[in-house]
Amino acid sequence: MRFLSWAYLALAFVFIYLPVAVLLLFSFQESRLPVPPFNGPSLKWYAKVLGDADLMSAIGHSFAVALVSSIISLLLGFLAAQGLARYRLPGSVLMRGLLIAPMTVSYLIIALGLLTMLSSLGIKPSLWATGIGHVVINLPLCFAILFAAMGDHQKNAERAARDLGASEFNVLRLVTAPMLFAPLCAAFFLSVTFSWDEFIIAFLLTRFDVTLPVEIWSMLRSGLSPATNAIGSLVFLVSVAVLLMLELTVFRKKPA
Amino acid sequence: MSFEKAGRRHAIKLVAPALLWTLTFFVLPFAAMIWMSLSSLQGREIISGPDTGNYVRIFSDPSLFKGLIVSLEITVIVTVISVVLAYPLAWIIAMRVPAKWQRLALLLAVLPFWTSYVVRSYAWLLVLGQNGIINVALLQSGFIAEPLQLVATRSATIIGFVHFFVMLLTLTIYANLIQLSPNYARAAADLGAGAFATFRHVVLPLTLPGIVTGAFLTFVLCIGDYITPQILGGNNELSLPQLIMLQLGRRGDFPMASALSVVLMLIVTIAYAACARWLKMDRV
Repeated sequence: MRFLSWAYLALAFVFIYLPVAVLLLFSFQESRLPVPPFNGPSLKWYAKVLGDADLMSAIGHSFAVALVSSIISLLLGFLAAQGLARYRLPGSVLMRGLLIAPMTVSYLIIALGLLTMLSSLGIKPSLWATGIGHVVINLPLCFAILFAAMGDHQKNAERAARDLGASEFNVLRLVTAPMLFAPLCAAFFLSVTFSWDEFIIAFLLTRFDVTLPVEIWSMLRSGLSPATNAIGSLVFLVSVAVLLMLELTVFRKKPA
Repeated sequence: MSFEKAGRRHAIKLVAPALLWTLTFFVLPFAAMIWMSLSSLQGREIISGPDTGNYVRIFSDPSLFKGLIVSLEITVIVTVISVVLAYPLAWIIAMRVPAKWQRLALLLAVLPFWTSYVVRSYAWLLVLGQNGIINVALLQSGFIAEPLQLVATRSATIIGFVHFFVMLLTLTIYANLIQLSPNYARAAADLGAGAFATFRHVVLPLTLPGIVTGAFLTFVLCIGDYITPQILGGNNELSLPQLIMLQLGRRGDFPMASALSVVLMLIVTIAYAACARWLKMDRV
């Protein structure tokens, strides 16, 4: 039984890591095709990718959209969670339902809806439209995480601050937000990740100023290439580095 | 009383921006899409309805109806396989791996999550391709004489999906398993239950809500995904999202794309109603 467990674990890890290993290995391929036999190591595809202006501007676009849309999602989600967690409002169940509803809808449908609405208003697809779509998908996430994290001990601290004469804005800024530091970071980080990696909304709602996943998609059109391996590996390694950094700093205290 | 009122006004001010955003950029577009689905494309003109012609066509035109069936089949297969593979993995990490190493084991099990979604499907293309490593390994070891056709098949789509969802489900099921107090299993053992009986009658029922929540998430994400079937499945059989994109791209048929999306949405709603009993979504 014990042996079976370890064997299963090992097999599962082989399955999970197989595509990643192939991706990383053949990013160092010397020849033009990322398939066996491996004839590297060579860094030329990394050099090519880093010198590719389209790819670099796509990374810039992705970063900007991820940052701006996550800040808006976090802010709106935080305020809404505070409003619904602290006060008894008529129809609060309905409001909560409405706010998390986009979570159960496919991104494709959200994208198509926005595209339909924008085009009937005569608005052209752009990076801004993509950002709006990304707030739609990330707002429910931020709201749900922060709503779940708001407990009673924070309520008491807020009340104390109010009794001592703090304005509502200062209560939020100086008491609520610092007490929710870890969930705020988690929500923000998840939003950035989802936006950064989101394809279909960006694909349908941008035209020329595309994001990274869309740019990679268009690289795939011209067939297999170690260049795609290289950019994929770079994105993966940077994500893992950021993840490790956060794990060691912000989320350290959180028990497993 | 006036304090209560002031508080309420303040609360509405806090919630209003998020509600307004959701109404403007989610509810309104959705309504526009439903209206669009009731229009029709004649030549290059979109004629406003209401007209149920698109919906009639989805269920009568075999090329469209087949997409619906293909999507449902793939999604159900992927959901079942992913749960069956992920549960033991989560269980082993939660029960067999020493507590000290559990967080690391879990982190490692889901690390490839952080490759970009498009790139992950592409990586499977490299693994499964005509001269990909699986075919090369099988050819060189003499198991096969001709390379197997693995990509541009339904199996490839399923493998790509299962890879992604096994990681996702391992996370959700693990989170459920470690919340179980070991006392339940001990009590069952004291009452004479064997390992299997304990699992079957105690652990499994207690983790069922977590499984169903994860399975529902898998279902929703899988049936709405365009990338994996497009990269790995090819064009031999089209899934619903591929059909939607085809209507948008080649034909510019917004009404039909919208109608197909509404059908997709309905399927997800039905799936939600079917699992609502076990879903813990309402807790958030």
